[in-house]
Amino acid sequence: MATPVTVHAHAAPQGFIRKYIFSLDHKVIGLQYFFLALTAVWIGMVLSLLMRIHMIWPDQVWPLIGEIKPEAYLALMTMHGTIMVFFVLTTAPQGGFGNYVLPIQIGAPDMAFPVLNMLSFWTTFVGFVVLLAAFFVTGGAPLHGWTGYPPLSALQSAGPGEALGADLWITSIAIFCLASLMGALNFITTTLDLRAKGMTMMRMPLTVWSWFITAILGLLAFGVLLSAGILLLLDRNLGTSFYVPQVMVNGQMMLHKGGSPLLWQHLFWFFGHPEVYIAILPGMGVASQILSTFSRKPIFGYKAMVYAMLSIGFFGFMVWGHHMFMSGMSPYSAFAFSILTMCIGVPSAIKTFNWLGTMWKGRIRFHTPMLYAIGFVSLFVSGGLSGPFLAQPVLDIPLHDTAFVPAHFHLIMGVAAIFGIFAATYYWFPKMFGRMMNETLGRIHFFITLAGTYAIFMPMHWLGLAGQTRRYSQFTEVAYLQKLIPLNTFITYAAIITIAAQFIFVINLFWSMFKGPKASDNPWDATTLEWTTATPPPHDNFGGVTPVVHNGPYEYGVPGAAKDYVMQTDPAVGGH
Amino acid sequence: MATYTPTTPVDGIGRGHKPPVPPLGGGDEGRGGNSPDFIPNYGARLRRARLGLFCAVVTVCMVFISLTSAYIVRQGMPTFDDASNSYIHDWGMVRLPWVLLAINTAILLVSSLTMELARRNAARLAALDPVKSIPGVSLGKETSFPWLGVTVLLGFSFLAGQWLAWGELHDRGFYMNTNPSSSFAFLLTITHAIHLTGGMIALLWAASASLLRKPVESRRIVVDITAWYWHFMAVLWVYIFALLGLAR
Repeated sequence: MATPVTVHAHAAPQGFIRKYIFSLDHKVIGLQYFFLALTAVWIGMVLSLLMRIHMIWPDQVWPLIGEIKPEAYLALMTMHGTIMVFFVLTTAPQGGFGNYVLPIQIGAPDMAFPVLNMLSFWTTFVGFVVLLAAFFVTGGAPLHGWTGYPPLSALQSAGPGEALGADLWITSIAIFCLASLMGALNFITTTLDLRAKGMTMMRMPLTVWSWFITAILGLLAFGVLLSAGILLLLDRNLGTSFYVPQVMVNGQMMLHKGGSPLLWQHLFWFFGHPEVYIAILPGMGVASQILSTFSRKPIFGYKAMVYAMLSIGFFGFMVWGHHMFMSGMSPYSAFAFSILTMCIGVPSAIKTFNWLGTMWKGRIRFHTPMLYAIGFVSLFVSGGLSGPFLAQPVLDIPLHDTAFVPAHFHLIMGVAAIFGIFAATYYWFPKMFGRMMNETLGRIHFFITLAGTYAIFMPMHWLGLAGQTRRYSQFTEVAYLQKLIPLNTFITYAAIITIAAQFIFVINLFWSMFKGPKASDNPWDATTLEWTTATPPPHDNFGGVTPVVHNGPYEYGVPGAAKDYVMQTDPAVGGH
Repeated sequence: MATYTPTTPVDGIGRGHKPPVPPLGGGDEGRGGNSPDFIPNYGARLRRARLGLFCAVVTVCMVFISLTSAYIVRQGMPTFDDASNSYIHDWGMVRLPWVLLAINTAILLVSSLTMELARRNAARLAALDPVKSIPGVSLGKETSFPWLGVTVLLGFSFLAGQWLAWGELHDRGFYMNTNPSSSFAFLLTITHAIHLTGGMIALLWAASASLLRKPVESRRIVVDITAWYWHFMAVLWVYIFALLGLAR
């Protein structure tokens, strides 16, 4: 039973600026992250659309932009990847939904350090602005891709965009690292220290586990990227040679000597691979939460799910070398990285098996969040299955620079994570805005997006197998790729339709925010703590009381219970 | 304002005694920050602040671990030399001002000691504070040595000493881009100095908390976490000093 107690450290602000701009409330900050990511994803999508259209119609002249030259194509690619990886896939699931939901799900009035939380968001915002500024400086945005491999990224004269644009890119990444580190610190402290009475670690919803493990990964990974970025800035601006070997650019010998581009690759991928899990783990947590809720069954193998996520996080730090099979590494190292990479398949398979086990013989309610959660599992399997292929050095070497790799990582890391974000949006929207989203629009959006996603990325695997290179801006005149033009055209049309379908989501989102039917406190008959409080939650989350937890997070279909679910705060029934 | 509830007998607290710190843990252990019987006491706030600091220290460790790995890799890596048409080691050398750096090390270690005394003093004052409110009880005129001020002075001295060391390196002809060895020497020391500057800002914040007469428990928390960070900075500097000295 809830017992009244004063817990909130900061009072509800009244002024507009303190309430909505520089707010200390984790819910407002979560929404700020969400809308920042929404802005970023539209920019990222438009960039990808320009790339796809350019691949098919390379002579297309655009208003304002003109003709897309090869260097402009590379700039689009760099900015698309950077925006999507950092400001969408890292920002929305963790910063957005993690911030909004985690404190409520553990029964806390706020994050552990509210000021730091606010600072974390605004630092991310500054990082985003700095990144976008790269479009508008002399030379434009950088060309080196989101992985920023030197020597291209380390030499100002290496191409247009590699001067000030590249400096802004690195600065933006460094700022983002600082913001993420502040966020990770806050998430870990909040989870460990602010849980309500009775909320044992093994009673935490799997969403909380996923945000917690993601925060640990972030804490260990972003510091490494920050260091790597600092060395890159020094190489670029102070003439050091950490990454740059003796190299000639446009007939001019550079002053650098003896540096190692591979050093960057090691440092970058030590961050980069955990980053994949930083993007996908929250999606796993959301999928688990939603599959259990809408199957009206407890999650299958709760402990196995927790340990699987922990082991995915653990192995995530030991496999960075599989991104570098092309670098000429020792076959023994490649073998070790290959084996460790395939080990990740085990916890991933456990999770997939448990998701299917959760749905098995469930009384499934096919609401939009459920559709997206099932879509997440589908994409996770489809994208994940090509992982063991690429984990083999002997297969990775011919496939690495082909379209097979973008197809793989877009399915598993990109769109699967995006489906997690969609699932979370449809699921928590009633709690966040007090209204329901339109189900019909939601379903139309789901089916077009799912079909469109597969139409874009499955053929891309075949393009890769047929030898189509990645990162090339123009291939329509390459003889051996002529026969692939129809398939590429199909992908481009699929991309146009899929992106157009996202207007349905945005219209649904904003229309429902103001005009949707009023939501009850627990519209999904769910069990976790956020559904015990008012909709939307009050400033201190529980209206001056703190909940006491008596049950696990997924008590559905409990024998003898009055309803088919038992809330975590319900002291009457012990549950499973 | 937060209410202070002493968790240990006042007699047991003083210089050399460990301050009262509730054990780590959230809801399941029943003494969590947000349990129904939770009063936001300073012990819980202190524990939370220390946990946050621990996370920050882990991050800084990751930064220096990655710089160290870069140091070791770059040092052992052969590079192609046009002149001799062969692979050579171009690590080079840097003549560090060892005496100056040793003095700086001593200053930082002493500052760590004074910081610890400031921390214990803050803990003692926080523990004694509730006694003052008992009618008829007087603690007399408390005079404590300004250890925090001394630490601030020593911190500034260390940074000034580092500034002199960089100047000395310039005078000897070593710049950031002279050779890999000098690049790393500057990189490691400057990165440490930036982190230490963060500690200095925290120290000034702690000092201002004293001047602004913030609640004694708030002062204690600021001083406590700053002190642990400061100790970490001292240990980190010794590590960098050893790395530059032993792995030349």
